Amino acid sequence: MTTTEKGVATQVYRVYIRATPEAIWDAITKPEWTERYGYRGRAEYDLRPGGAYRGLATVEMLAMGTPDVVVDGEVVEVNPPRKLVQSWRFKWDPDLVAEGFTRVTWEIGEESGGISHLTVTHELDGAPMTASQVASAAPISQGGGGWTWILSDLKTLLETDAPLGS
Amino acid sequence: MPGPPLPLASRSARRLTLCLTCDQEVTYRWDVTDDDRAFKALADPTRRLLLDRLFARDGRTLTELESELEMTRFGVMKHLRVLEEANLVVTRRQGREKLHFLNPVPIRLIHDRWIDKYTERQISVLAELKTELEATA
Repeated sequence: MTTTEKGVATQVYRVYIRATPEAIWDAITKPEWTERYGYRGRAEYDLRPGGAYRGLATVEMLAMGTPDVVVDGEVVEVNPPRKLVQSWRFKWDPDLVAEGFTRVTWEIGEESGGISHLTVTHELDGAPMTASQVASAAPISQGGGGWTWILSDLKTLLETDAPLGS
Repeated sequence: MPGPPLPLASRSARRLTLCLTCDQEVTYRWDVTDDDRAFKALADPTRRLLLDRLFARDGRTLTELESELEMTRFGVMKHLRVLEEANLVVTRRQGREKLHFLNPVPIRLIHDRWIDKYTERQISVLAELKTELEATA
């Protein structure tokens, strides 16, 4: 595989947040936080290498006919509050399931002045439909938004204690 | 700004003031310059073109980007640097190569903070105008 192909299939997102790395880590890994921003589903992480990850459906998603688990995967690397590597697969559509597991890396760095940055790198080789879902610019009301929406809403929640949608 | 030497007491008072405002400025400035940097970066047509190239195909090297622009390597580097400082481009090392990725998050934040609220109003004004014109027609 050439570098270019790999480059095309990878998406990188970064956001600067006025919050500690620990607060950001909790917001990513704790269900009581994940249900407050982005798509609002509860995340279940067994935070050890080989541990399971499950992204649970919200009531609204279930009403649209999704399964209980909309994203699944496995924890690959855990280094709180700096780095989390996991595999990641959509479960709510057979075509997306068929694309198999992709890889998500969460990296948290600390700047001066109480600012941290969060970088999400999503490696999407062989998963073009999943790639277009997570990069979607479609309206949020139609399930669009992707990582951009998740990360900007996470920033808003941590900085103002109120997510954009509220 | 250098001025006449101050008596010791006021000099330390001034330093204290500077220190205090310094911290506030840094804290405050972050919000301002965050958007400022993005707007400034977007104000240049070459930089918008670079973002468009990355939107079409993400994860490119400087050499690839340079080959599509009629500009020196140094010029492209300078523009990419401005985009990186604005967080609109994020780089990632892969082997010996440095790949450039479009980061849409700051544009989303600008959209949410600025554009959404104004367009919403404009659209409702236009909708009202339409209703009014159609009613009188």
